[in-house]
Amino acid sequence: MANAPLSKNRSKSWLAAVPLLAFVALVFGVPLVVILGGTFTRGGAVSTANVTESVQGAYLTALLGSVKLSALVAVVGAVLGTFLAQAVVTSRFRALREAVLTASGVLSNFGGVPLAFAWIATLGNSGVITTSLGFDARGWSLYNFWGLALVYLYFSIPLMVLVVVPALDGLRPQWREAAQNNGASAWQFWRYVGIPVLTPTLLGGVVLLFGGSFAAYATAQAMVGSAVPLVTLQIANALSGNVLIGHENVALALSLDMIVVAGLVMAVYLPLQRRSARWLR
Amino acid sequence: MAALSPQTLPAATKATPAPGRPHRIRVWRGAILLVAAVYFLVPLIASFAFTVKTPGKGVTLDAYGQIFSAEGFGRALLLSLGLGVATIAVVLLLTLPAMLAVRLSVPRLRPILEVVCTLPLVVPPITFVAGISKVLQWGPDYLASTPFYQTIISIQNPDFPVVLVLTYVVLALPFVYRALDAGLSAIDARTLVEAARNLGASWPHLLLRVIVPNLRAALANASFLTLALVLGEFTIARLLSFQTFPVWIYTISGSQAQVSVAVSVFSLLITWLLLLALSSAGARQRSGK
Repeated sequence: MANAPLSKNRSKSWLAAVPLLAFVALVFGVPLVVILGGTFTRGGAVSTANVTESVQGAYLTALLGSVKLSALVAVVGAVLGTFLAQAVVTSRFRALREAVLTASGVLSNFGGVPLAFAWIATLGNSGVITTSLGFDARGWSLYNFWGLALVYLYFSIPLMVLVVVPALDGLRPQWREAAQNNGASAWQFWRYVGIPVLTPTLLGGVVLLFGGSFAAYATAQAMVGSAVPLVTLQIANALSGNVLIGHENVALALSLDMIVVAGLVMAVYLPLQRRSARWLR
Repeated sequence: MAALSPQTLPAATKATPAPGRPHRIRVWRGAILLVAAVYFLVPLIASFAFTVKTPGKGVTLDAYGQIFSAEGFGRALLLSLGLGVATIAVVLLLTLPAMLAVRLSVPRLRPILEVVCTLPLVVPPITFVAGISKVLQWGPDYLASTPFYQTIISIQNPDFPVVLVLTYVVLALPFVYRALDAGLSAIDARTLVEAARNLGASWPHLLLRVIVPNLRAALANASFLTLALVLGEFTIARLLSFQTFPVWIYTISGSQAQVSVAVSVFSLLITWLLLLALSSAGARQRSGK
């Protein structure tokens, strides 16, 4: 066996991929099938009642709340992240650029429970800034929709910086020089050259940020509990048994709703990423 | 999430601003950087201030000392580290042979492998755990009289929940795949393999003595990403009721707010260190060639 010619091994070498594929099918595929199956059954019979229920009332509010929050964070984060990236990229100080990129790498991964606690310690009810600047007397609260958006931007903006810096680097100086030689103003350069080249990257970034905020659960749970209606909180609630008897599968229907939204988002993202890669060789 | 991928620091030289660019450009650049610095630094500084200032006691570092003596700290941290190591071992053992084989001899499978390894990105962890918990319910519901029942019970052992390792492997797949794919693209795997085989190396020998050393940086990258993921994962562990490190932080926040913020600051520092180690290892690799 050890000395068999390569060609003979070649016919069998796909076997090395079998454990991975089998593992994914079992650990990932089975739960997905269960979600699908559970969504369309209630009380042992096939039914669409779960789906109908998951897009009504409080569940619909939560779903829309998640979409609204994620869309807001994605758009604002993309715009601010792009400005920050442009400020860094055009700076003469290399150290600044390296520092911002490293910090972005760390902060874009700073999510979950620790992020929530850092902000609670800062702007929560007894946070350092809240008490020292007297925000509490003016009715300030971090534990609402806008507070959550403020906190989500903390990891979204750095992620956008990481996404958009390579694209800004890809804007060749020659393009700007050519535009200038032809008499274009700075505005015209951005309007007709810069923004069109960057568009796929920017849209891809928006989509990526949307997905990140949409799936976030830990930060919201640690910060607002259930004060803000979000679909992830509703699923967790339903999984913990907080539903009517016989309606347990609503959690699965909500999960399916989320997967559909996230799937649509990815379906937009992947072609955009391929398109933006074309300019960045 | 592209955050930790190694290719985010291109060394492209920047165009210097053309001479005579309006002064206001420098002004808005400064303003943006200032606002960003305030937004990103204030929570870090304030969190630190929150942990060291106790009303009536002045400034102390007590909260950081209390981390280590807090109830359950050691157990939770060890559990998370153990899960991290196990996840790294399983995910590398599954992906490396598969990716190598597909790259060398069945390129037709490569798009399939890529899709399979990217899919977990589409499924938010909370929905994944909804499916998992439903599957785990089968144990008592349908399988009570079969040997599967024992399996389902044993993978939920709270001392070392294998089920978390399994789910974390799935969550880590996209990152590990990208890291290893970049590593494999950078070496000439086919020549290495054929040379080693012609010299009589066995497949295990070839993997361990030829491929792995050449992929050191990519393997380290993949391991760090996986470790960071496991150490921070909250959703699945909480909903399956296991006391991992992030769940522990959440649990103690009710009674010991200061300690929980101290741990949060502490865990950010750990992430910093992991990432710095990662990027300096990457830099060494590039310059060492």
